Amino acid sequence: MTRMCYVTKKITKDGKEEMICDDTRARLMEFLHNEQEEKGYISDEAMQSMADCLGIHPVEVYSVVTFYSFLTTRPRGQNIIRVSTCMPCVMAGAEKIVETFEQALGIAAGETTPDKKVSLERTSCIGMCDQAPAILVNDRLVGKVTPDMIEGILKDLA
Amino acid sequence: MAEQYSGPVVFSDLEPYDALKKVLTKKKIDVLSEIRASNLRGRGGAGFPTGIKWNLAATAKDDKKYVVCNADEGEPGTFKDRVLLLEMPERLFEGMVIAAYAIGADEGFVYLRGEYHSFFPELEKILQKMRDDKALGANIFGKDGFHFDIQIRMGAGAYVCGEETALIESMEGQRGEPRNRPPFPVNTGYNGCPTIVNNIETFVNVPQIMARGADWFKGFGTEKSAGTKLLSVSGDCERPGVYEVEYGISIQDVLNLVGAKDVQAVQVGGASGICLAPKDFGRVIAFEDVPTGGSFMVFNSSRRMLDAAENFLEFFKEESCGQCTPCREGIPVLIEGLKQIRSGMCGTEYFEDLESLCETMRLASKCGLGQSVPNAFLSILDNFQNEYELVSK
Repeated sequence: MTRMCYVTKKITKDGKEEMICDDTRARLMEFLHNEQEEKGYISDEAMQSMADCLGIHPVEVYSVVTFYSFLTTRPRGQNIIRVSTCMPCVMAGAEKIVETFEQALGIAAGETTPDKKVSLERTSCIGMCDQAPAILVNDRLVGKVTPDMIEGILKDLA
Repeated sequence: MAEQYSGPVVFSDLEPYDALKKVLTKKKIDVLSEIRASNLRGRGGAGFPTGIKWNLAATAKDDKKYVVCNADEGEPGTFKDRVLLLEMPERLFEGMVIAAYAIGADEGFVYLRGEYHSFFPELEKILQKMRDDKALGANIFGKDGFHFDIQIRMGAGAYVCGEETALIESMEGQRGEPRNRPPFPVNTGYNGCPTIVNNIETFVNVPQIMARGADWFKGFGTEKSAGTKLLSVSGDCERPGVYEVEYGISIQDVLNLVGAKDVQAVQVGGASGICLAPKDFGRVIAFEDVPTGGSFMVFNSSRRMLDAAENFLEFFKEESCGQCTPCREGIPVLIEGLKQIRSGMCGTEYFEDLESLCETMRLASKCGLGQSVPNAFLSILDNFQNEYELVSK
């Protein structure tokens, strides 16, 4: 595979903008985010081609992917629902929210529906403690979730 | 809509770019000494003096320097940065430009936590507007030779990346594992170059200080803790939300402000903070007494505090990067110990072993995560002995 060159705009010392080739390892997170967003997971083939592009070993890419909880090496559902189970959300009834989702979807937290439409996960604090219990629907923050809202949330998913 | 209580510094009005234009008429050294004179300290929790950090980076000899904003708030119970990102991103970016001018940096990054990905388009739009206004880019506001631009880098759901060296590792495309310190990022940071990493709230304070002066800023707060602090109040109270309070406010005063009744405990500083019981409610929020990154969780008397201790330990188990042994191996042992305590099977001798393990974790863990795991565990067990009994042996 040929090494691709990624360009970014930089400002030179004398204040001119110029496009330079930037395929340093610092681009890796960006590649991974794009791949995750596009394909829903990061395949072995994708890891190999990123490694080729950055001139590193694929296992290094793998080690990065497995570190971050938002990156996965296996396909997940088209939609991901993450329920915060940190203390303020738990105090406001997060476990009941997890349970209601589990019943509505027929899966346990950590699983994906058989039609691959929805994955359900527990997650650490998502920064919505003032509106607990809170969830992340894909990348949308939703606060003050009640069990009766759940049917509507699932219906809205594409 | 969430409750918001505006104080005199962070949430007070300031004309955009006023501070920056004023800064550009000054010498770098004067900007540095103004920040130093203001006694501004890091708002992320550790409280390192901002002026000293900037000074170290400014005096480091290197062609390339970086300004990084830590927008990876992940501490349970913290959401003030979310509010700042939504309400005053312009002032945050202006603070970063001022920092860049002071230390001589030409590139900046905002490391945004994955959970806040939905803010990305709006933030990007504001950065573009600032480029159009000439507040970012080459020769900012006509200042010859001062070039600076900001990029947003996304995190991907890792609490430990809020630790500054882990954050830098993550920006470099590595696993977010903290580095050994020293060397500190002010000398060897992003790509090995001098780098300052500051919290959003710290940067947001900077334009106010530069516009109104260090003396004005020091007029708020206590002698050792100048200015105000944003508290993220959650849990059992009538009005959870973000509260800007002056340093020196007592825990009880905060509880009155947020409408909290029948309170048996306040966890200050999130999972890595300490648990305070009513006997401590006279203590004050300040670096010299109860320091905090902003998390303020209220528990009423119906709560079992050992549940909270367990939740925090489970959180750390999930978020430990696993790099160093005291943290990786210590947390599961504490979880097991807590189970034994709750089931009434824990003897005094075993309890002492757990305490000694806590001491080891504090001393030997590589970063703040492992070092602060014992805080909540020990302070909850200490304050709520009524919830468990040890077997005497």
